Amino acid sequence: MSNRVSADLPASELEDEGHERRSYVIGLVLALVLTTGAFAVVWFDLFSGAAALAALGLLAVLQAVVHLRYFLHIDLQRSHRDDLLLILFTVLILLIMVSGTIWILYDQHMRMMG
Amino acid sequence: MSLSERLHPGINLAGTDPESHEAAEEVLFGFWIFLMSDLVLFAVLFATYAAMSVQGIAEGPRPAEVFDLTAAFLETLLLLLSSCAFGFAMLEMKYRENRRGVLGWLLVTGLLGAGFVGMELHDYYVMITAHGAPPQASGFLSAYYLLTGTHALHVSSGLVWMAVMAVQVAALGMNPAVKLRLMRLALFWHMLDVVWIGIFTFVYLYGVVS
Repeated sequence: MSNRVSADLPASELEDEGHERRSYVIGLVLALVLTTGAFAVVWFDLFSGAAALAALGLLAVLQAVVHLRYFLHIDLQRSHRDDLLLILFTVLILLIMVSGTIWILYDQHMRMMG
Repeated sequence: MSLSERLHPGINLAGTDPESHEAAEEVLFGFWIFLMSDLVLFAVLFATYAAMSVQGIAEGPRPAEVFDLTAAFLETLLLLLSSCAFGFAMLEMKYRENRRGVLGWLLVTGLLGAGFVGMELHDYYVMITAHGAPPQASGFLSAYYLLTGTHALHVSSGLVWMAVMAVQVAALGMNPAVKLRLMRLALFWHMLDVVWIGIFTFVYLYGVVS
């Protein structure tokens, strides 16, 4: 219920807040740069064919890491162990499901339509 | 040093509100389990889309013919800015317990999010009317509407949740329960941004390149 104003904040809290605010701003700037880069690859035809797909994929992974690091505040040293294990395990499951599905359907497509 | 006592990913309340901070550990971990299971749902939709966008064109239009990259870019900007705005709302909550500050930033976040959903519905409208690309035209389009529609539905649910939280902030103030709910909504909102990175890259950009 209290309505504290910034003048009442102890110095250490002000410092923490500055730190966390910077984290969001850095995240926003990096994400904007990476997004613009990804669209620029397509708009200005910077790469073609497989090179373009690889560049876009790399930019997407980088941006996902930026979001996880600066918006969701996941970091390898200070994150709580359980959360980190949960996230890493989910990433493993996602990789198995996505690559497995694409592999199976591609193989079936080749055998039936190719 | 409060930043070192982190119990969970996301904004931690150590230092400003130790009691809520302790209580946050369990509920936020539970919410992370939900978020990860939600990601698994999206992963399956992505996998379906990946197969369908190549093998499921049938007689229908191809991805490059129906996607509007300018709209996708603007939608991405809206979501990015809304994520940052939510971050600022969380800082107002954590350091000042300032109701008006939190409500103001939640309003900004909500408007940006609503703009995103509005633009996406407009995209669907243009695709169906101008390009003759309704969901039933091909496997590729069914998978496209299912994937982006599920994301849009998540964003819309986030908006409803945000409205509910705004009422709670106004009526109940900054009590521990409200704080923890806001923290979970923040994780949900940031996670939808991560899913959208996958959509604008693997759906829109890949579709136009290949």
